[in-house]
Amino acid sequence: MFEDGGIINELFIERLNYLIYVVLLLIGLHAMIAKNNLIKKLIGMSIFQTAIILFYVSVGVKEGATIPIYLPEHDPHGSHATHAEGNQTTEQNHGPVVLEAGLVKGYSNPLPHVLMLTAIVVGVATLGLALALCQRIYQGYGTIEEDELLAQIEKQETRTQPRVVSKESKPKAVAVKKASTAKAKASNTKPKSSAKPTPKKLAPKSQAKSLSSTSKASSSQSASVKSKARRAVAKSTTTSKVKPVTKAKSSAPAKSASVKSKAKRAPAKPKTASKAKPATKTKSTTNPKSSTTPKKSTSAKARPRTPKK
Amino acid sequence: MKKLSLIPVLLVGVLLIYAAKDFPEWGSPSSPASKSPVSSHFIANTGVDTEVPNMVTAVLADYRGFDTMFETVVVFIAGMAVLAILKNSGTKKSGAREFEVDAEPDIIVTNTVRLLVPVIQIFAFYVLAHGHVSPGGGFQGGVVMGASFILIALSWDLETALARFPLDRCTIVAGAGIILYAGIGLLSMFLGGEFLDYAELAKIFPVSREMARYHAMLGVEIGVGLTVTAIMFSLYANLSTEGRLKGGL
Repeated sequence: MFEDGGIINELFIERLNYLIYVVLLLIGLHAMIAKNNLIKKLIGMSIFQTAIILFYVSVGVKEGATIPIYLPEHDPHGSHATHAEGNQTTEQNHGPVVLEAGLVKGYSNPLPHVLMLTAIVVGVATLGLALALCQRIYQGYGTIEEDELLAQIEKQETRTQPRVVSKESKPKAVAVKKASTAKAKASNTKPKSSAKPTPKKLAPKSQAKSLSSTSKASSSQSASVKSKARRAVAKSTTTSKVKPVTKAKSSAPAKSASVKSKAKRAPAKPKTASKAKPATKTKSTTNPKSSTTPKKSTSAKARPRTPKK
Repeated sequence: MKKLSLIPVLLVGVLLIYAAKDFPEWGSPSSPASKSPVSSHFIANTGVDTEVPNMVTAVLADYRGFDTMFETVVVFIAGMAVLAILKNSGTKKSGAREFEVDAEPDIIVTNTVRLLVPVIQIFAFYVLAHGHVSPGGGFQGGVVMGASFILIALSWDLETALARFPLDRCTIVAGAGIILYAGIGLLSMFLGGEFLDYAELAKIFPVSREMARYHAMLGVEIGVGLTVTAIMFSLYANLSTEGRLKGGL
């Protein structure tokens, strides 16, 4: 296709506008796919949008046509026209006339202008919305790099996973525990306040997951084990110091609690609750499946920890 | 990963360039878009139907009024979503980033802006109201108007601009724009026409059916302008301070 000189000629001289739009569109598309930074993705989105606007404009352009606003002499109602001709009576007798086909060619197509006009303004508004989301993500995670975000989200998932796992597949939970015991021991005391909100948020989800699908749980568990290795690398960087700690905390109790209360086959909550003493207390919290339970369990966790240490 | 993403990108590129062979030539009057009966109907009949010389305005506010109404709603919802996303979000991490600037507003800048802002705002009204006979309309006028408030916020600080256009008033104005637009549409519906069929307004106003469309279009454009003004400024105010609404850039 490209060996043909004619096509090259056509592409670069006659269809240069389409070539530019394709190139712009590809730049935007590549940025949206390949860039890690969310802001750069948004820049790619804007470039993509610009390419589409260019495409519409270049399709709508008409050689030798003027802007889609009636010239005074063509305006059926224009006072200009009647005054210029000086025959207001005949104008009124004939009434307004539709523009004939020959004159239609003299005006460029208004439709692409209308579509792109609204597209630009709506694009600005949605870009603002996307930027607001980025700011919110930055406030929540401290980063807008996609890979770091994914690592953090996976981390949060692993924090909730062991509850599911302890029911079905214990060996994996053990593996997780082994990997994280050192961390848990080192740091299970300090970030209590920061750890609290996250289980609150995630507990209902994991509960639903454990009820619905077992296979999904095991597969995601393996993913979490995998991601742990990656995270160990990432930890030294600027990603948060709080996250690994809390995860280790919740997964480590998971194991001990599941071992302890095997007979009861306690579902989710005892693990987030204390490791050691108040097994009876936490068991009582397991029964209600309402959304209030995660809150209870976190409070139960916060309290028995202090006597333990 | 980056290398991998080149594959679909280049695939799309090859397909698009292959398709470009079939696109009309640059400026060809016989291109499908220009030859279609829709476009020539708009060009030929706009003057007769609505008395509006600017076909873009007529198509925007009358023929495609439904589309434009929901474009405005999209702008409104985006603005409200930004408000909701960033509301109170900045207060939690107080030590994250400080936007406070202790520098005094520059006297040259503020005096220039003091002179410019009235001109900009009058120009915004001109663009809005004159959109029927010259390039312009609600979207453009609204953006210019919003830019004047942003200019105030840039040259003094955000509090100064917010004192002139508080954020809750932004919300009210933005909503009022949509209500004005939809209200004109509903009014024409109650008068026996279809939704946004402005010609029916001639029944209650002493104008011809064409002039009813002309003036209803102006009302609709004002509604669009109100919404766009308010949302542009509230987007700036929220995004530049991460929702904290003080300090600013």
